[in-house]
Amino acid sequence: MRTITYRQALNEAFDEEIQRDPNVFLIGEEVAEYDGAYKVTQGLWKKHGDKRVVDSPISESGFIGMAVGASMLGLRPVCELMFWSFYTVAWDQIANNAGMVRYMSGGLINCPIVIRGPANGGTNVGATHSHTPENIMATIPGLKVVCPATARDAKGLMKTAIRDNDPVMFMENTMLYGLEGEVPDPADGDFTIPLGVADLKREGGDVSLIAHGRSVLIALEAAEILSAEHGIECDVLDLRSIRPLDEEAILETVAKTSRVVLVDENKPFCGVSAQIAALIQEKAFDDLDAPVQRVCSIDAPAIYSPPVEKEQLPTARRVIDKVLSII
Amino acid sequence: MPVLAESTTDFSKTEINAALTAEQKRHLLRDMIRIREFETGAFEQYQKKKMGGFLHLYIGQEAVAVGSVSLMGDNDHVITAYRDHGHALAVGMGMDECMAELFGKRTGCSKGKGGSMHFFAPDKNYWGGHGIVGGQTPLGLGLAFGLKYKGLKGCSMCFLGDGAVNQGAYHESLNLAGLWDLPVIYVIENNGYSMGTSQKRSSAFNTCLAERAAGYGIIWDVVRNGSDLYEVREVVGRAVERAHAESRPTVLEISTYRYEGHSVADAKHNKQTLQEGYRTKDEIEHYRKNFDPIGNFSEKLIQEGVTTEEEIKEIRKAAVAETRASVTFADQSAFPTAEDLLTDVYSEVDHNTLAGRTGRHFFND
Ligand SMILES: Cc1ncc(C[n+]2csc(CCOP(=O)(O)OP(=O)(O)O)c2C)c(N)n1
Ligand SMILES: [Mg+2]
Repeated sequence: MRTITYRQALNEAFDEEIQRDPNVFLIGEEVAEYDGAYKVTQGLWKKHGDKRVVDSPISESGFIGMAVGASMLGLRPVCELMFWSFYTVAWDQIANNAGMVRYMSGGLINCPIVIRGPANGGTNVGATHSHTPENIMATIPGLKVVCPATARDAKGLMKTAIRDNDPVMFMENTMLYGLEGEVPDPADGDFTIPLGVADLKREGGDVSLIAHGRSVLIALEAAEILSAEHGIECDVLDLRSIRPLDEEAILETVAKTSRVVLVDENKPFCGVSAQIAALIQEKAFDDLDAPVQRVCSIDAPAIYSPPVEKEQLPTARRVIDKVLSII
Repeated sequence: MPVLAESTTDFSKTEINAALTAEQKRHLLRDMIRIREFETGAFEQYQKKKMGGFLHLYIGQEAVAVGSVSLMGDNDHVITAYRDHGHALAVGMGMDECMAELFGKRTGCSKGKGGSMHFFAPDKNYWGGHGIVGGQTPLGLGLAFGLKYKGLKGCSMCFLGDGAVNQGAYHESLNLAGLWDLPVIYVIENNGYSMGTSQKRSSAFNTCLAERAAGYGIIWDVVRNGSDLYEVREVVGRAVERAHAESRPTVLEISTYRYEGHSVADAKHNKQTLQEGYRTKDEIEHYRKNFDPIGNFSEKLIQEGVTTEEEIKEIRKAAVAETRASVTFADQSAFPTAEDLLTDVYSEVDHNTLAGRTGRHFFND
């Protein structure tokens, strides 16, 4: 199969969806003429023009709220937050308007919008630019949350997110944009991945590592070392979508291994892994042979200092230590 | 501070108003009376504890919603804040579904899920009903964006209060509206107060609040006497025309006045002196007497020979009866059930699509 980058995979998804549905358009800061701050939308403005790829001023509350309003009339805006960190200035529009207009209207209004952009630490841009708000978005019933780890998943999930009739918060990662992976050729047909289906990215019977986003790659790295150096074989389950959540896949791997380490770039307090841990103790308590363990980002604002920031995020070393502590 | 003032112009003679038939004029009067009676009835029911939460009454401001909405064509849309009953009835929502919503009943316009501040009727181009001050202003812009994107000749009328003009979301919306030539009309209903704060204590401005639009290159205008339905129609009509013909935004400021408290629980709105509250009984009386939109329009229509005292009495009687019937309807309707909590959250789940059936969407036991 051909390989392309995570960035190209997203770009392809936009290109295909813009052509498929006249109501789909991209909007965000620098997405059009500048080709995107991270070049994710490269070439799309040249190809599709001003109407379908719209440069917005720096006005997240304004343009995201506007997109929510436009989506109520049936458009399908795909909004880029240059960094997901900037959700804070658009939060009212996201939480109260995108998240709740359907409910408060008794189901009369839909909001088929996608809000996307990178949500990650690890690039030495300091605390204001390193938020990972998937846990925060997922606390709003009405919003959906997706965090792909690979090029393939990025494309398949983005196309599904755009077609979904509910608001989807799509979290990418600047450290993944350049990574290559196998992605089906468009010539082989329309390729989508449903939301709410996790993916077992590695099989092994001893311990379950459950992760999402770039933490999946950390978990995979740890799994290889554990296998080579300790003869411990790990399942690595990639959640892919946080809400809806593939509960069955989680319970299945826990039943198989009886030992779980959750790897999560969120901070520990009410991070996604806290929810998963609660779910496991509630539904799979009898399957467990050890307490559920977590490896999260260290509980402080994101530090700038490059070598220390590396340590603040989940590392393979910390995952390995946790696994060894419960085996 | 801009306050209501009698206009020297007779707006009944302008083209847009001269075109009204006698029947249409009676209809406009009837619409205002229906809003007044509906809210008077709702207030009574609130005092009988038939509903919870807030109840922000529109009484005194009826000419603004009715006048503006009367100019709407098929592709014109309305969105407002939480003081939303007047706009709802003006666009044609029924009293039954509105009263039932206040009562928190399943037969309410939002199935009892929205409440007083969150009425919606997308089939009537009415997009709510929004509880966060200023939060609706980008949505109103989005309706205009949607119209332009689809190539439809229409406009979005987005109402907001004199307090809402200080929210960032509104200013961001003005910038985008001006920048992208979007057919949105921001209608500032300046009733002089945001809750207990007078305009003087909340806003920095030169001559009026609408004038701020000039900084964004947006044309603005004012309605000095917002209790004159003819003046409202004249000024809003020009903005609608601009939106339709040139796809340009407008900011309007309409001076108006609310007679009741901010919400019905507002202990400081009608005191003897300004030491005791933020406005006095005398002030309210002044506006009731001189600037009542219904009294004002009734008088005009009688003078024009379009209607009579007797006919107006009949209209009022019918509105009272309609309100009573809506109270009975609301009373007799069922509350939603605990199961209803989990519908209308996700469209895909409600429609039981493959997406809605895939993965866990709710995290209850
Ligand atoms: C973001 C936000 N802040 C505060 C409030 C509480 N609040 C509700 S209405 C209101 C006053 C708004 O006044 P104005 O915009 O003039 O509208 P009016 O009530 O006069 O119609 C306040 C402070 C709110 N609902 N939302
Ligand atoms: Mg006010």
